[in-house]
Amino acid sequence: MAEYKKPVSEKAFKKNFALKKPLMNDTEAYYESSRCLFCYDAPCIKACPTGIDIPLFIKQIHTKNTEGAAKTIYDSNWLGNACGTVCPTGVLCEGACVYNHQDVQPLQIGRLQHYATTSVIDGSKKLYNVGDLNGLKIAVIGAGPAGIACACEARALGYKVDVFEAKEQPTGLTVHGIAPYKITNEEVLKEFAFLQNQLGFNVKYNNAITSKKKLKDLESKYDAIFIGVGLGKTSVLGIEGENINGVVGAVEFIEELRMKHHLVQVPNKVIVLGGGNTAMDAASEAARMGAHEVTLTYRRSKEEKGAYEFEYDLAKSAGVKGVFNCTPVEIIGKNKVEAVKFVKTQKFEDKLHPVVGTDFIIECDMVIKATGQAKQGHLYELIEKLEIDNKTRIIVNSESFQTSNPKYFAGGDAINGGAEVVNAAYDGKMAAQGIHKWLTK
Amino acid sequence: MADLSINFAGIKAPNPFWLASAPPTNSGYQIIKAFEAGWGGAVWKTLGLPTINVSSRYGAVNYRDTRMAGFSNIELISDRPLSDNLKEMEEVKKYFPDHAVIASLMVDTREEWIQIINDVQNAGADGIELNFGCPHGMCERGMGSAVGQEPEVLKTIVEWVMDEAKIPVITKLSPNVSHITDPGLAAVQGGSDALSLVNTFKSIVGLDLDAYAPFPVVDGKGTNGGYCGPAIKPIALHMLKELAQHQKINHLPISGIGGIETWKDAAEYILLGATSLQVCTAAMHYGFGIVREMKSGLEKFMDDRGYKTIYDFAGKALPNVTEWKYLNLNYSVKAKINNDKCVGCDLCYIACDDGAHQAIALPKDGSRIPSIIEENCVGCNLCSLVCPIEDCITMVQKDNGKAHITWHERTENNTIPSTFNDDRAGGKGHYVPKPSDALKTSIK
Repeated sequence: MAEYKKPVSEKAFKKNFALKKPLMNDTEAYYESSRCLFCYDAPCIKACPTGIDIPLFIKQIHTKNTEGAAKTIYDSNWLGNACGTVCPTGVLCEGACVYNHQDVQPLQIGRLQHYATTSVIDGSKKLYNVGDLNGLKIAVIGAGPAGIACACEARALGYKVDVFEAKEQPTGLTVHGIAPYKITNEEVLKEFAFLQNQLGFNVKYNNAITSKKKLKDLESKYDAIFIGVGLGKTSVLGIEGENINGVVGAVEFIEELRMKHHLVQVPNKVIVLGGGNTAMDAASEAARMGAHEVTLTYRRSKEEKGAYEFEYDLAKSAGVKGVFNCTPVEIIGKNKVEAVKFVKTQKFEDKLHPVVGTDFIIECDMVIKATGQAKQGHLYELIEKLEIDNKTRIIVNSESFQTSNPKYFAGGDAINGGAEVVNAAYDGKMAAQGIHKWLTK
Repeated sequence: MADLSINFAGIKAPNPFWLASAPPTNSGYQIIKAFEAGWGGAVWKTLGLPTINVSSRYGAVNYRDTRMAGFSNIELISDRPLSDNLKEMEEVKKYFPDHAVIASLMVDTREEWIQIINDVQNAGADGIELNFGCPHGMCERGMGSAVGQEPEVLKTIVEWVMDEAKIPVITKLSPNVSHITDPGLAAVQGGSDALSLVNTFKSIVGLDLDAYAPFPVVDGKGTNGGYCGPAIKPIALHMLKELAQHQKINHLPISGIGGIETWKDAAEYILLGATSLQVCTAAMHYGFGIVREMKSGLEKFMDDRGYKTIYDFAGKALPNVTEWKYLNLNYSVKAKINNDKCVGCDLCYIACDDGAHQAIALPKDGSRIPSIIEENCVGCNLCSLVCPIEDCITMVQKDNGKAHITWHERTENNTIPSTFNDDRAGGKGHYVPKPSDALKTSIK
């Protein structure tokens, strides 16, 4: 039975996709911030991929120095606002909060971070200035979290920065690929505008870098190039019926949902293929779009799924049913998808094997493939001497984020194969510092 | 079952919890409401020549998530006509003949004292409290703390009052003095039947960082207020002890005032010799219903220990409050961390390392459970005080085999340090890290 009605208006959509971490009000922030113990060498700082001085910013919120709190956050993480709501805080800072050890609720660090940064964004507070211009220029490929972080840091260091973005608007995954109950488009774009207004980097939209000629052009005009291209379209499964009408990729599904909201049509019976966080998001979203039956299938066991437990719990709470240890062998349908044929799987010597004779069919009107995204290998091939690993990830120096081609630096999903916004934010910032060290050594 | 009733210098009340003379006792309505809620008595807001008040009147010290940990006011004595107050006092006594209604008074001349004493006696007051404490406004006119700070003047006025009063008289002392025993003795010499303390402390509760003026701000300016609430309790308790241990004062009953909000506060005041308790800030913060917790907690405390009345334990802690020189120099406690409870906040580590005696170590493997370096631990308590976890760090007595000895005895034996580099210095040889070791630490 569906937990949600089909949203027929923007209002109904917003109700179904109510934010999981809504903006704190002043009173909530006051009392919540009062609970921080100000731990010595605090575990939350260590758990944050960008190393934000969390006890400090919480103390600053409590003493009504909210602008100072936001500065503390942005000093470590250029996407402080987005990370406040989209970070998996339960496994990062909040998971490390010492209160957990005595079964006391950990500090709501993410929401406090979101509160402080929203305050300066809404108040249009200028926290940063462009550094003294050094006459050097950096090209950033991709206006996603890694690219934005790199651009901001480079501007603060005094570089001229041009960002080349394939799509017509910025922020990459944060606006196109994150579940709408985690963050709204407005918020993402507001933070971007806040940063761009004070750091003044250029973004050239609808400007995909797809040819050797364009790369050569960048190489001749810029002193360094940062690759923050993320991941591409959903990977091909390679099974029969994959191109039937009604079979969509999770990334494409989520992107359409982020852009069109209630205007997206989701039928009654949906099957989601995959066991990662994106699969959980897609399943949760299909349910919130009013699908009656959403079945999430994963080829391995429940325990082996890649998704965080809280993401699976969230999907289940929206009415999603999980089916594990089965893999799709065929998508069935004439003009449109009608069912998926699965076969049960079994592990043998650490490898998954289909079990003969265990075929079964689940009927559906839609199939969402959340089985990974293709890497941007077609771009990497165009760059001379760019080393990539066997999973098509760019290899970088772990401190400078410089690639094997010294002019190129890289970060985000392009180097890690798909992680959190906060990881990309860290990579981009560190890469700008890496570029700075390289160019000024 | 504990009997909370008291007879305080002849003033009887069903329990020792009285409302102090303050805004909650401004009217008969409030006092009746308080008696209905369970209070044993009320000291009427100070009567005298009616005043004119300002707006605003109160300020507070908030600590973390706690509102009004300290509270300050610049309100004066009653601004209502005396006859209105007297009429309401009569009515309160009609409804509550067995509750204590005490008239707080503050006037200037002897004639005024004589008239107002007779007025409140006629209205049925069970006792009189002399307000020699108000530290703002009234003192500028030679009353309140201006009297409380001049023992001779205080004594004279107490004498005037005792000549006229037919009901018990309590002298309320100002804490804004160097030695509380000076006005205490003056009150005894004037013939007062009882004492109460403390009145509020002269204070600036905080500044408005936009107006550059003290709270509460009145049209861009402020003045010193009278400070009270939980924050002042430690200072008030000490003053109570000073009076309760004084041989020439402690035959008078003492009403304890200052930051009483819970049964524990009440028990502490009684253990240091108070036999009635006056409360203001807690009632202003939570309403009269707060007395429920105080009464039930005090009854439980008494039942657990088999006390029938508060007189069974009043002053019982006084023999244990002594001078520093009589403390046992050879008594030793050491901190002990309960590893199962420790959450690894490491506040104890940094408090000890930065603020005490470098007696706590962190594990080198990155796990966060600290350990006590016993030979460095001086048993100062700091770690147990900063620890946020209930009963995680405890102080455990260590038998060091050394006999009881005090500074006083060592002085008599001539064994105290007497030169700057004396070998008998208590901390000689005690471990402290090298100054340069600090260069390697990063401040967090």
